[in-house]
Amino acid sequence: MKIALIGNPNCGKTTLFNKLTGSTAHVGNWPGVTVEKREGVYKTKKRLSDDKIEIVDLPGIYSLSPYTPEEVVSRNFMIDEKPDLVINIVDATNLERNLYLTTQVLEADVPVLVVLNMMDVVEKSGDRIDVTVLERELKVPVMPISALKGSGLDKMMERAVECRAPRKGVTVVTDALSAEVAATLDFYNEAEISSPLFHAVKLLENDEIELERKGAKELLKKIAGDKDLEAAVVDERYKYITSRLAVAKVKGKRDDMTKSDKIDKVLTHRIWALPIFAAILFAIFHVTFSEDFLFIGAWASLGEGLPTLSDLGLEGSMETFVGIFYDGAVFSPGVILFNMFDALFSVITEAIGGAIEIEWLSGLVADGVLGGLFAVLGFLPQILMLFMWFSILEDTGYMARVAFVLDRIFRRFGLSGRSFMPMIMGFGCSVPAMINTRTLADENERTATVRVIPFFSCGAKLPILTAIAGGICTFFGVGNADLITYGMYALGVVAAIVCVLLMRNTTMKGEIPPFIMELPAYHRPPFKNLMLHLWDKTKHFVKKAFTIIFASTVVIWLFSHLNWAWHYLPDEQMNDSILASLGKFIQPLFTPLGFGSQVGAYGWVFAVAALTGLIAKENVIATFGTLGACLIAMGANIGGVTSEILIADEEGITSAIAMITATGIDIPGLIAFIAFNMLTIPCFAACATAKGELKKGTFKWTLLFWVASSYMIGSAVYTIGAWWWTLFIWLAAVAGAVTLIVLNNKGKIKFFKRKNVAVKAKKKSHCGCCAQCGYCSQADDQNDVKN
Amino acid sequence: MEKRLSEFIVGDEGVVKQVGGEGRIRRRLFDMGITPNAKIVMRKLAPLGDPMEVTVRGYELTLRKTEADCVTMIIQN
Repeated sequence: MKIALIGNPNCGKTTLFNKLTGSTAHVGNWPGVTVEKREGVYKTKKRLSDDKIEIVDLPGIYSLSPYTPEEVVSRNFMIDEKPDLVINIVDATNLERNLYLTTQVLEADVPVLVVLNMMDVVEKSGDRIDVTVLERELKVPVMPISALKGSGLDKMMERAVECRAPRKGVTVVTDALSAEVAATLDFYNEAEISSPLFHAVKLLENDEIELERKGAKELLKKIAGDKDLEAAVVDERYKYITSRLAVAKVKGKRDDMTKSDKIDKVLTHRIWALPIFAAILFAIFHVTFSEDFLFIGAWASLGEGLPTLSDLGLEGSMETFVGIFYDGAVFSPGVILFNMFDALFSVITEAIGGAIEIEWLSGLVADGVLGGLFAVLGFLPQILMLFMWFSILEDTGYMARVAFVLDRIFRRFGLSGRSFMPMIMGFGCSVPAMINTRTLADENERTATVRVIPFFSCGAKLPILTAIAGGICTFFGVGNADLITYGMYALGVVAAIVCVLLMRNTTMKGEIPPFIMELPAYHRPPFKNLMLHLWDKTKHFVKKAFTIIFASTVVIWLFSHLNWAWHYLPDEQMNDSILASLGKFIQPLFTPLGFGSQVGAYGWVFAVAALTGLIAKENVIATFGTLGACLIAMGANIGGVTSEILIADEEGITSAIAMITATGIDIPGLIAFIAFNMLTIPCFAACATAKGELKKGTFKWTLLFWVASSYMIGSAVYTIGAWWWTLFIWLAAVAGAVTLIVLNNKGKIKFFKRKNVAVKAKKKSHCGCCAQCGYCSQADDQNDVKN
Repeated sequence: MEKRLSEFIVGDEGVVKQVGGEGRIRRRLFDMGITPNAKIVMRKLAPLGDPMEVTVRGYELTLRKTEADCVTMIIQN
């Protein structure tokens, strides 16, 4: 038996799905968290039916007239896949709008069970809903539940198994529009398709999909004349709901201002909203990454200053222990967790490495495998913490307000406030962020957003930032590691903004997408939910570390210790290895970015690290860990930096310093290296997601876009860093490009558009029906790029 | 008195008379419950003056002024 869950966005479908199937799918307080259908099997102690009960969670929709890709998924599943039962989940706190979808669901020829969710909230607010009245009016079973509390679920499922009998669709619009419905119904009955009534009413609603059917347009024209049938149908639906169904709800007494209103008054305040948002973002990054928590160290340095760790004169393990929490300033919780993991890992690495007697095996295990693996795993606490903060913001409903507050700014760049969500998710991981772009209705906006998501530096890129920034500060003794890290995050955001602007003015032209969005009520984030979510993320990360990254580190180590004749090379001869010769081959490519030919001995390690990053970004630092450990082992050969100085430091930074010492790369080159890795082609998983999410044929341009933008920005960073006056050359180039684009858009010069007239004419005639779909202009724009 | 939804100031209340606009936006407004005879209360403007937040059919909805411009309202006193 197959049961589909359908309902408005944010009405609790996924919570119900998780409760029924025991899975841990992501739930958030943001309309449109679920963007693709998800399947599971009902887990129960009691056996309700002979066959197993499959449950399909569909993306939330407001109506069955599809706009966005995820709305199409829900509609197609219900109509074409013919589930045995559709459970229509209705948010009881928002009965009117939710029942609007119900009136459409009931038009299809499928058995329906209506479920009133969040009944606990309704009762708490003093309202009452008469289930029997609803059942009588809708003529399908209605069950009250609370998905979050888990109450009423068993009864609901018992009822669900009973109502499998076939049902004919019914509509509420026949009172006023019986003649029109009859006419279109005849048309669909003749075509002999399933759920004719559903299609018939949809056609009256001017539905884009129905209009594509042969003869449908002409029929509608004949029936409608100059009447506005679309408005009439919608009107009928709501009239029916307000007059017949809404009476089931009895409102209790309540204050004028709910708690949600009061919170909202502060968080979306005319003056304070933006500063509050900035403060929250800053606090999140401060708690997770700062090495000077609450600026205690900075305050103290106004006076005498706090003693550094070495000044405390502690011995051995006591020093290590205190070093986890303190070094001239108190560390933030995120850094403390990081240090704990790091201390643990060094103990393990030393113990295992020392226990193995054979030289090459000890090297492979301690340097190759553990070095790389721990360099990555060490960042797990900080990645999880960042993820947790964003989950909390989302669960409480604050993210939706942020979209509301920021929409005006986003519009300047040709996007809507809705694209803020996938972008901020990009700070966690690009993959879910790219999938989330399905909530964007506009194809151009989606493509532009998917392309810049990798610029929002994800959790896996964080180690690159912290390790190299830390390396720069420790080794060159200049700058502030936090500042460099924040600066690189900012660079990514600026690059994203510039690129979006560029795309929206050249290849991705189009109307600014609409912004009509529900603002969910605030609520406390469910703790269990949050923990499940974090646990899921941990599993995913650890699995990745022990598979892809593990394999990569072994391969990297082997290639760096074997020559072309497959002979084992000790650390000292790494320069003759297979990896070295491959690295040296591609190294010149990176010369404009400062980590190419100008870097001396061992310069190829940067080229290799960047390449391994294409598999997974964690690999960049894992490669550093593997190769850096070998460089440290060589000790004296790399300019006198011995492991003693380095051991006390943190894992990733140690390897970064080893690399800097061995290669003699300069600061601009290192910063350009971070910039290139941050902005270039993302990891394999993100590429696969992007390919799936983007319209056919745009992926190869997206790849090119990533390579080109990262290469150019990397070069700019390096040259400006090395020779400040080149800033003017870059500025002149940017100004020139902007002028060209502006002139082209004003039609003063023809830059893109030529040769295309014939193609355009063909495309236009092919379509012609839907002036709003935007397909033609997109296709043209893409052709323009190619020419 | 007739007024466009986009011209509402905070606290204004009214009933939808007519929804205009281009196909998709109009459809979206309908689906979100902005239909003739629906009661709308203007709640607030975003800090930068746009979009606006309204209460319609018992929930909070945000939309831009350009979209609210499609909605003709009747203000009751």
